[in-house]
Amino acid sequence: MIGSRQSRPLPLFRRVRPALAALALIASTVPAAQAGEVTGAGSSFVYPLMSQWSADYSGATGTKVNYTSIGSGAGIAQIKAATIDFGASDKPMASEELTQFGLAQFPIVIGGVVPVVNIEGVAAGKLRLDGDTLAKIFLGTITHWNDPAIVALNPGVKLGGDTISVVHRSDGSGTTFNFVNYLDKVSPDWHAKVGEGTSVNWPLGVGGKGNEGVAAYVKQIRNSVGYVELEYALKTGMSYVSLKNHAGNFVEPSLATFEAAAASAKWSTAKDFNLVITDAPGEQAWPIAASVFVIVYRQPKDAARSKSAFEFFRWALEKGQARAKELNYVALPPALVKDIEKYWASEIK
Amino acid sequence: MARRRPRRGGVPVVSAPPAAIGGLGVDDARTRARAAAETRQDTVFRLVLASSATLVLVVLGAAAISMLWGGRLAFETFGWHFIVSDEWDAVEHRFGAFVPIYGTLVSSAIAMVIAIPVSFGIALFLTEIAPAWMRGPVGAAIELLAGIPSIIYGMWGLFSFVPFMAANVLPWVDHNLGGAPWVGALFRGPPLGIGMLTAGIVLGIMVIPFISSVMRDVFRTVPASLKESAYALGSTTWEVVWQVVLPYTRSAVVGGIFLGLGRALGETMAVTFVLGNAHQLSTSLLMPGNSIAATIANEFTEADSDIYLSSLIALGFLLFIVTFIVLAIARLMLASLARKEGR
Repeated sequence: MIGSRQSRPLPLFRRVRPALAALALIASTVPAAQAGEVTGAGSSFVYPLMSQWSADYSGATGTKVNYTSIGSGAGIAQIKAATIDFGASDKPMASEELTQFGLAQFPIVIGGVVPVVNIEGVAAGKLRLDGDTLAKIFLGTITHWNDPAIVALNPGVKLGGDTISVVHRSDGSGTTFNFVNYLDKVSPDWHAKVGEGTSVNWPLGVGGKGNEGVAAYVKQIRNSVGYVELEYALKTGMSYVSLKNHAGNFVEPSLATFEAAAASAKWSTAKDFNLVITDAPGEQAWPIAASVFVIVYRQPKDAARSKSAFEFFRWALEKGQARAKELNYVALPPALVKDIEKYWASEIK
Repeated sequence: MARRRPRRGGVPVVSAPPAAIGGLGVDDARTRARAAAETRQDTVFRLVLASSATLVLVVLGAAAISMLWGGRLAFETFGWHFIVSDEWDAVEHRFGAFVPIYGTLVSSAIAMVIAIPVSFGIALFLTEIAPAWMRGPVGAAIELLAGIPSIIYGMWGLFSFVPFMAANVLPWVDHNLGGAPWVGALFRGPPLGIGMLTAGIVLGIMVIPFISSVMRDVFRTVPASLKESAYALGSTTWEVVWQVVLPYTRSAVVGGIFLGLGRALGETMAVTFVLGNAHQLSTSLLMPGNSIAATIANEFTEADSDIYLSSLIALGFLLFIVTFIVLAIARLMLASLARKEGR
């Protein structure tokens, strides 16, 4: 050291001892990769369920499942780069893309989107809308709550002439994708002007960050309408909207109507389960239900890790659905579970 | 030996022969070895410091270049149109930076309009007017404001301030100022609560501690004799501050203001809560907008196409350029002030 009064410098080992100790401390905190460990990443929607399943599974079998919530898009990018064992996405990949990368996909849980409103005097489920009216509201074609189209659907409800404030998502997400996919299916106007995607060019409205952001804005802004995940709508006591489904019935969002949507969707027609189950045909189906997809390699490089991953998925599909219900996710119908297991047998080596 | 030695007590130390180094006047192997070791350590120390400074420059340059590289697809595809286009369509892959840039600049401008006079008032109060027992606690309280995480400002803004604005302030603004000639268009709109004006006010509150603490520190450096002379000649407190204190500290005050402006330009979380994240251009301050940092924070994880990702990185590069331009203006302003003062 400068100005040191020692007669000769310290021996090399004594000088670097603190640095070595620090390095050893850091190295000891890095866990070694264990066999039987499964890593996944992707959709933030399914993250609460994945982390609960991971805890349950680790308690039941001792295998650790690590899931990071980085968004569906990033999850797909990571599985394409083969840095994780499985990706989770709210938006299914097309069969051509799956074949190109040697991937397979299957649904793991059902969720969905619920429009919510903040109108004085309108309780949860009282306001009825259909797909076309909803699309017009979000397009800005219908601007006031007492528009004839809305009044026609709601004969007993008192609606003032207030301007509608639209709230949408500011961040790209699977929730948005499922919502605009539904609007795209039911409204040719929407299809022409906006289209579908995880992030779209909203004609009007403010953007909230995440489901929480949309919920906060809808609660704050009078005469507003937004869309949130089912869990948010049910848990926070927001005033959700009843929608007219494909079969012509007005249904309220609940686990039952979501299950009806999943059950009535035509899974057998979709190769690689590439089906977005919005506008499902069932009698009591909720029109904006959607599934979360798991994406894996058909011929994984590490057979042992792939085996662990599939044991986890089998456990999740067979034993984990009760936990899903607890967390307000919708379980897959048993027929679909069987189809998925058949798919595994035939597609995954 | 031509090694420069530091001056001690005003008297330059003459380069001493090796025999005198060590202070004992003993020229033996041990003293020479120690001298050589100290010279080596000096060199090492100087190299370490130089490399730390260079590292900062290198990291800055690397960040700018990597953002430019990441955004090259967007710049190649859209060219100059990227900066002036107000489209933002992730489905059709058409992106333009105008709405975020406009939002960033306008919300920061509103923040400065609010923060500069208030910070000046705080600094003035704490240095000239407040009784001595008050200066410590109030000063500490202002500095505590600087320690509050910006996301807390965002949450406070959304849950407390926005309803207040929507219920009390904005309807008044819309009703009374919305019809005014020329500036009426700025103040017309539905009282959503979230929007450019609210975001500007929240940003202004966030930035006040930075500007006021710089101003306060610098006002204290004004020599008491200058102020006392002015008071002796019969000046009021205001005249002393405006005509003696402020001109004396002008450069540092401008520097403090630009520090606050830099913070306001880059602020992400507070803005995204209260600005509304709407990719729409509107003259009205009551309408929601978007800012560069909020756009990137919201959309980065789900950017599913290369052009989308590239556009977001290009936005980051543009923020870098905007900050750089603001700092350059600050430097030029300071240089011209210094020239006027004859320095």
